[in-house]
Amino acid sequence: MGAQAQPLDVLPETEGVHWRPRVDAARLRRVGSLWTLTTVAHVVPFLGAATLLMVLQPLALPVAIACIAHAWVIPELYAQRGANVLRPRAKAADEPERRSVGLLGDLVGHDARELHARTGLVLEPGRLGPWLVGEAGAVLLYGRRRRRAFCYCIKVDGRALAATGSAQPLPSGDRIAHLLLALRADEQGFATVANLTFAGARWRLRRRMPAVTRLAVDAALRGLDSASRAPS
Amino acid sequence: MSKLIRMDHTGHSTVAEWTSEDPAAVEAAVQSFRAELERGYLAMVSTGPGHAEQVRELPVDADLVILRLPISGG
Repeated sequence: MGAQAQPLDVLPETEGVHWRPRVDAARLRRVGSLWTLTTVAHVVPFLGAATLLMVLQPLALPVAIACIAHAWVIPELYAQRGANVLRPRAKAADEPERRSVGLLGDLVGHDARELHARTGLVLEPGRLGPWLVGEAGAVLLYGRRRRRAFCYCIKVDGRALAATGSAQPLPSGDRIAHLLLALRADEQGFATVANLTFAGARWRLRRRMPAVTRLAVDAALRGLDSASRAPS
Repeated sequence: MSKLIRMDHTGHSTVAEWTSEDPAAVEAAVQSFRAELERGYLAMVSTGPGHAEQVRELPVDADLVILRLPISGG
């Protein structure tokens, strides 16, 4: 198997996306800047068109309002796409759910366990910044004062699951534990394998998240000291 | 008692248990470990708070070895 040739500290899944540059702090900054530029390129023409319409013909107010609405809605749709990575998936039966959450609880500390019970998300400190790990994705809060949110869609490979002969989905705790272990093994590789869905302002993402999961963002911002990484 | 567990649809299953003083149990665990890797699982051990490491041979002295499936971008 090709993955055998890779060093152990590199996530073997990165071989499946060998064309992607490995994510690091510089790349995050670049991607973030590009995302901002793209957002501006979407918003400014609509706002410009609305202004121009009003200058040329005030009766075109409804069209100008539609332009302004577009300028507002497009970034919101991207933020919604980002927030969707943390949306909980369908639950398994009670017993597998209980067992999987128990295992997940063994992997994290007391505060992270409590936060997961309240929000369904695990707060995991990383070198790039704090991560919020969900069942089918993770969000990295990055930059000065963690103002930018990188949302990644990533999950257990369905083909790998099928290859084990199991047609049944994993319970929620196991889905998170898979991502958590991969993140802990190789944070940069994790971000490289995952598909980026949003890299914009944290406030914009937070507004699109369900109220209960916003608590996890708040916990990440309160500081990582209170969210222990693992039992000693 | 060390454990090799596999995350699956049941929550998790214990694949093998061993102590380093029991060579037969260790050998059985090693065989089970290799069989799970053949099935496509990846083996992980915690190496400290917030850190995990992939292993390709069963670390006999580890308390817990967890088998996970590969992940991919959604």
